[in-house]
Amino acid sequence: MTPTRKRRLIAVLVIIFGVGISAVIAMQALNENMLFFVSPTDVEEQALPAGKRFRLGGLVATESVSRAEDSLAVTFVVTDGAHSVDVRFDGILPDLFREGQGIIALGQLTPDGHFEADEVLAKHDENYMPPEVADALEKAGHVESEL
Amino acid sequence: MTVELGQISLLAALLTALVLGVVPMIGSYTGNRRFIAVSTSASLIQFLLLIISFGILTSAFVVQDFSVEYVARNSNSLLPMHYRFSAVWSAHEGSLLLWELILAVWIAAVALFSKRLPEIFRARVLAVLGWISVGFLLFIILTSNPFGRLIPSAVEGLDLNPLLQDFGLIIHPPLLYMGYVGFSVAFAFAVAALLGGEVSRDWVRWSRPWTLVAWAFLTIGIALGSWWAYYELGWGGYWFWDPVENASFMPWLVGTALIHSQAVTEKRGAFGNWTLLLALSAFSLSLLGTFLVRSGVLTSVHAFASDPTRGIFILIYLAVVVGGSLTLYAARAPKMIQGGGFAGMSRETFLLVNNLVFAVMAAMVLTGTLYPLLIDALGAGKISVGPPYFGLLFTWLLVPLVIALPFGIFSRWQQDSGSRLAGILRWPLLASLAIGAVVWVMQPSIGFVSAAGITGGAWVILGSLFYVGQFQLKKKSFRIPGSILAMTLAHVGLGVFLVGLSMVSTLSTEKHLRMEAGDKYQMAGYTFEFLGTKIVQGPNYTANEGEFVISKGDQEITRLYPQKREYAQRGNMMTEAAIDPGLTRDLYVSLGEPLDQSGRAWAVRVYHKPFIRWIWLGAIFMLAGGMLAAANKRYRRKMPATAPVKTEAKEVAA
Repeated sequence: MTPTRKRRLIAVLVIIFGVGISAVIAMQALNENMLFFVSPTDVEEQALPAGKRFRLGGLVATESVSRAEDSLAVTFVVTDGAHSVDVRFDGILPDLFREGQGIIALGQLTPDGHFEADEVLAKHDENYMPPEVADALEKAGHVESEL
Repeated sequence: MTVELGQISLLAALLTALVLGVVPMIGSYTGNRRFIAVSTSASLIQFLLLIISFGILTSAFVVQDFSVEYVARNSNSLLPMHYRFSAVWSAHEGSLLLWELILAVWIAAVALFSKRLPEIFRARVLAVLGWISVGFLLFIILTSNPFGRLIPSAVEGLDLNPLLQDFGLIIHPPLLYMGYVGFSVAFAFAVAALLGGEVSRDWVRWSRPWTLVAWAFLTIGIALGSWWAYYELGWGGYWFWDPVENASFMPWLVGTALIHSQAVTEKRGAFGNWTLLLALSAFSLSLLGTFLVRSGVLTSVHAFASDPTRGIFILIYLAVVVGGSLTLYAARAPKMIQGGGFAGMSRETFLLVNNLVFAVMAAMVLTGTLYPLLIDALGAGKISVGPPYFGLLFTWLLVPLVIALPFGIFSRWQQDSGSRLAGILRWPLLASLAIGAVVWVMQPSIGFVSAAGITGGAWVILGSLFYVGQFQLKKKSFRIPGSILAMTLAHVGLGVFLVGLSMVSTLSTEKHLRMEAGDKYQMAGYTFEFLGTKIVQGPNYTANEGEFVISKGDQEITRLYPQKREYAQRGNMMTEAAIDPGLTRDLYVSLGEPLDQSGRAWAVRVYHKPFIRWIWLGAIFMLAGGMLAAANKRYRRKMPATAPVKTEAKEVAA
């Protein structure tokens, strides 16, 4: 092997090593930051462990929003027509949050079966339903007229 | 009737694009000069036709012609005049027309400003651009016609989405598209070079200014989008790793790699095939971005109606462009230019580090963006990838990039010595370490990562400035060559961005409070006093306007008036944040929602964001650098076929 070839081989190996390392770190990071989308029916049917973060999606049940007197704490119910989950949130709700509206809440289940949200998302457009929520509602057999 | 004229000129533009795609291409193979000459006129005619088409749609908005469905959906008689212009590109159909118009602008620019290129090569470049235009015009005409009539005509329009009634939206999409679409020129140059089996590397030099301009536009377009999100979405975030943001960020990452690898290929011939591949990828990623945004396959804050036929059309278009260009690459690339070798310690190596990092970054973003689609397609559930994934990877990948950058500036082509570089760079290195250490000691809450980020930013800035200083001393002249100034500006921009990012990500204070009229809150040495709200009437909305007095000690700094607006026509709520901007800090107040019936108590966001302006300031530096580099006289000189550039290469920076 000539010195030039040897140098090139080393260079290629270094590059492959570097890219390989980053790929491993990337896959690790990807798995750690994967958030599953879950509907209220899934919460009911699957035994989801408390403390695991996921995205809960559905409609905000009518007349379920209740606010604390002296803080930003708020509770509401997210439903997909078949089942529902109680959600607690301490913060500012998005502009398009209202009863009957499709939303996505990020957070985790508490041991007592509540969903503790740390972020609540509603879409920019009032006609727009997040695709996952629309999908989940359809699966739960929710029909528009039930609203 | 006029609106139909718009559609007719769109059809005429399609025919012109077909002529542009076919005739000059045939001419370039048969040598028919009349055929080749068609390329210029067809490019300019297409441009005129699209101006007419776009102008007619704009006038339909200005005169409020609600018999046009697109106008009725996105405008309203109460909409202020300046938003009627930007409403043209506020939704799917119109923004595609803008995309196409901007493509026509680029094509016309290539037709007008590349007369010094060899005829055949130029004809092929324009023909390839003609084909890209054919695909997009077909897409608009078949799936997304903005000129559709509404029968019977609407009495009143639905109004423009309130989020888009803003200065940022007037300029963000055109600038972003100038960048996005501008990469089509680099793409066309690469395809034309592959078609001709170019053995010389001239095509790289010819395509450099075009790539630089597109890159500069994309940089500022992305920055504007980030700035707009910061003040308009009402919760003070500037980047969300949203799929649609990623869609514009991927072409930027590859484009950044491209402008650096073009430098190597032009000067030294090395990385020739890699440069080709990057040129093909940058535009392919722009198209992928268009697909992701326009097909509605991804959940994103940029809500667009999902229409399967649109998605399928773009997917086919994407497959043709990517598949076709890669096949051509596979067939021709092995015969293309082969560069000279280089030593382990040389400017080539440092630019290789740059290219690897940017390519890996683009691959990571692509993975994070498409992974949810893959999982969904496999039926394994619906997932999303959280921002920490992207944040972690970028933090790590920036390390080699930032360390290598000043070395890359100072190193010589082909061969250099490590001890020489270390000797020169020891002062900037020590100075930046000192700066990082001082910041850390004075502000321990900043933490190690951000202190390192500031050190890195200082290292990039000082290294760049030091190079200019050295250059001046050696030359004993006060005139800095344009190319060096351009490079320095862009790199200083990166440094400024890094400092801003490091500061804002750890030193920001964000509080969500319940405040009643008369309440005070202390943050970062400032007192925020809420005086209450009153009703304010806007042209097409009613708002609750809060009044906040911001003071430091006994001195009043400013008063902020955030609004909560309700737009009459659509009935939706909008948060207008109030910001007191500054070079070293922003004070940000926005209203959440009323918490009681009387409207005395409000949910309020109060933020203190140090150095956030530096993030966008960095992008402005990069814009200036990119434009200045593209303006270099070197690119306008008519050069002999293979220019001996070796002597120049030593001094003139990439």
